[in-house]
Amino acid sequence: MSFPWAKHYEPKAPLMRYLDEKLPLPRLVYNAIGAGYPVPRNLNYFWNFGVLAGFMLVVQIVTGVILAMHYAANAGVAFSSVEHIMRDVNWGWALRYAHANGASMFFVVIYLHIFRGFFYGSYKAPREMVWLLGVVIFLLMMATGFMGYVLPWGQMSFWGAKVITGLFGAIPVVGEPIQIWLLGGFAPDNAALNRFFSLHYLLPFVIVGVVILHIWALHLPGSSNPTGVEVKSESDTVPFHPYFTAKDGFGLGVFLILYCALVFFGPNMLGHPDNYIPANPMSTPAHIVPEWYFWPFYAILRAFTADFILPAKLLGVLAMFSAILVWFFLPWLDKSPVRSGHYRPLFRKFFWFGLIPAMLVLFYCGGAPAEEPYVMLSQIATAYYFLHFLVVLPIVSMIERPEPLPFSITEAVLGDDNKAVLGENTTPAT
Amino acid sequence: MAITTGTAEPEALAAGEGVRRRDFINIAAVTAAGVGGVATLVPLISQMAPSKDVLAESTTELDISAIEPGQAIKAVFRKQPVFVRNLTPQEIQAADAVPVDSLRDPQTLAERTKEGHGNILITMGVCTHLGCVPLGAGEGENRGPFGGYFCPCHGSAYDTAGRIRKGPAPKNLEVPDYTFVSDAKIVIGQESA
Repeated sequence: MSFPWAKHYEPKAPLMRYLDEKLPLPRLVYNAIGAGYPVPRNLNYFWNFGVLAGFMLVVQIVTGVILAMHYAANAGVAFSSVEHIMRDVNWGWALRYAHANGASMFFVVIYLHIFRGFFYGSYKAPREMVWLLGVVIFLLMMATGFMGYVLPWGQMSFWGAKVITGLFGAIPVVGEPIQIWLLGGFAPDNAALNRFFSLHYLLPFVIVGVVILHIWALHLPGSSNPTGVEVKSESDTVPFHPYFTAKDGFGLGVFLILYCALVFFGPNMLGHPDNYIPANPMSTPAHIVPEWYFWPFYAILRAFTADFILPAKLLGVLAMFSAILVWFFLPWLDKSPVRSGHYRPLFRKFFWFGLIPAMLVLFYCGGAPAEEPYVMLSQIATAYYFLHFLVVLPIVSMIERPEPLPFSITEAVLGDDNKAVLGENTTPAT
Repeated sequence: MAITTGTAEPEALAAGEGVRRRDFINIAAVTAAGVGGVATLVPLISQMAPSKDVLAESTTELDISAIEPGQAIKAVFRKQPVFVRNLTPQEIQAADAVPVDSLRDPQTLAERTKEGHGNILITMGVCTHLGCVPLGAGEGENRGPFGGYFCPCHGSAYDTAGRIRKGPAPKNLEVPDYTFVSDAKIVIGQESA
């Protein structure tokens, strides 16, 4: 499971020795995120975001479980119960703002984590399964985030639920029955609110389960690193604890400053004022937008304005889901054996001047009204987005001549690596 | 878990009999458990469909005698707005003047109303794009460039027959099932017999 030079867990206290025999939980932790897990010595700050995402998951579960103690999932009182949390419950405002903005910060962290994966080729063999599980986590997060936003039962909650479940109505023939089944009625109402609450409570624990698999799958090959060169010898690694617990701790501190700044100084900055109006099925807010973290995908949904074989609405829905599903094929679309974007000149150009601008444009247009020029911009960006994954990446990985890779991580860090070739701890060739 | 083969019943094997008792029991037991397991999915899935109380409110009875020509009202049908509009002769003319072939979702006004009640247009107040409530039923609301309904969300414009004329919506405003109980009274959600 780990490199042969990984430190071994040796409990000294009698109690710990006893525990190690009966239930070796401390051993598991030691080998997973302790001194028993050797990590490449050259990880940069982009490698902090996995730990930060785990931290945010815990924050969301803790604050969420507490909010559920005061919230009432009933269309008649849901809105008031949220106001009750904000005004009457001790520290309720802080907990709710921490939870609502926590979702935003969770997505910030996840997007940076995914960005890291895109640039450094973390999705490539032997870590395909880590990547696939990560995409599953992202999908679960989107479902959880969406359903959580419905719970306050304000105008945006209601109309968001209506629009998003309406997406299923675009499916031919079975769409409408599916939509009615999902909602338990003809429009979002008590039945929908209750099931969204139930699932919003459940899914985070499903995410915990998939996160455990994600980390498990990661620990078989070990962490990747900014050079993309695999670990060759002991000199390439340092123990996770104390080296990266310290680095992650520092990153966590910086992150917490930003998170707290948002919670305490701009708690409604990322929200919509319309959601402080109770849900009204008879009147639509003038400008329906989802939460910011869905904007890129919302822009893709709205980019389809003309029928082409299929109705435009269905095309939009298919494209929106495909935009994420294409990530599942990424490890096989990008065939280049070089992982890190640092050593891939052509990939780098398309990454910085193609994919990233396209995603930023989509992000901006998703939050903008559905007018020109935003519609046309989203169409261009959507076209590039899919071209990038389905055409550019496969071709680039075939024709590109990568820059020379360092011999080892140690060489990349120290400039030379005189021990690596004859080092006694060299990993057996695989 | 694995099925024990041969060894338990050497005589049966030697005789080369087709189906052994143990195989039969195994297949029968697994099949029964499988069918039973699948059957439990029925309540688990159908509980999510609309419950009886939701379905009980699935028709709406409406008195339309007070709606003057040119006026419209908003009613609630299945928790969604429904527009009932008494068209003026000019509005009917305007709708009939449009060549049907030029429409995105070709339908005549007559196809969207009931015989003998050609001036009463009943449509869902739900934009066929993403489900917003279009404007135009209330007094003084923006009726859009075609004098019917206008959706403020993404700019879909409907004409006086509730047909889509401009904007992203793919279809005309849906005409729900309804029936005239009398000249003054309609029941929405119930197709005329």
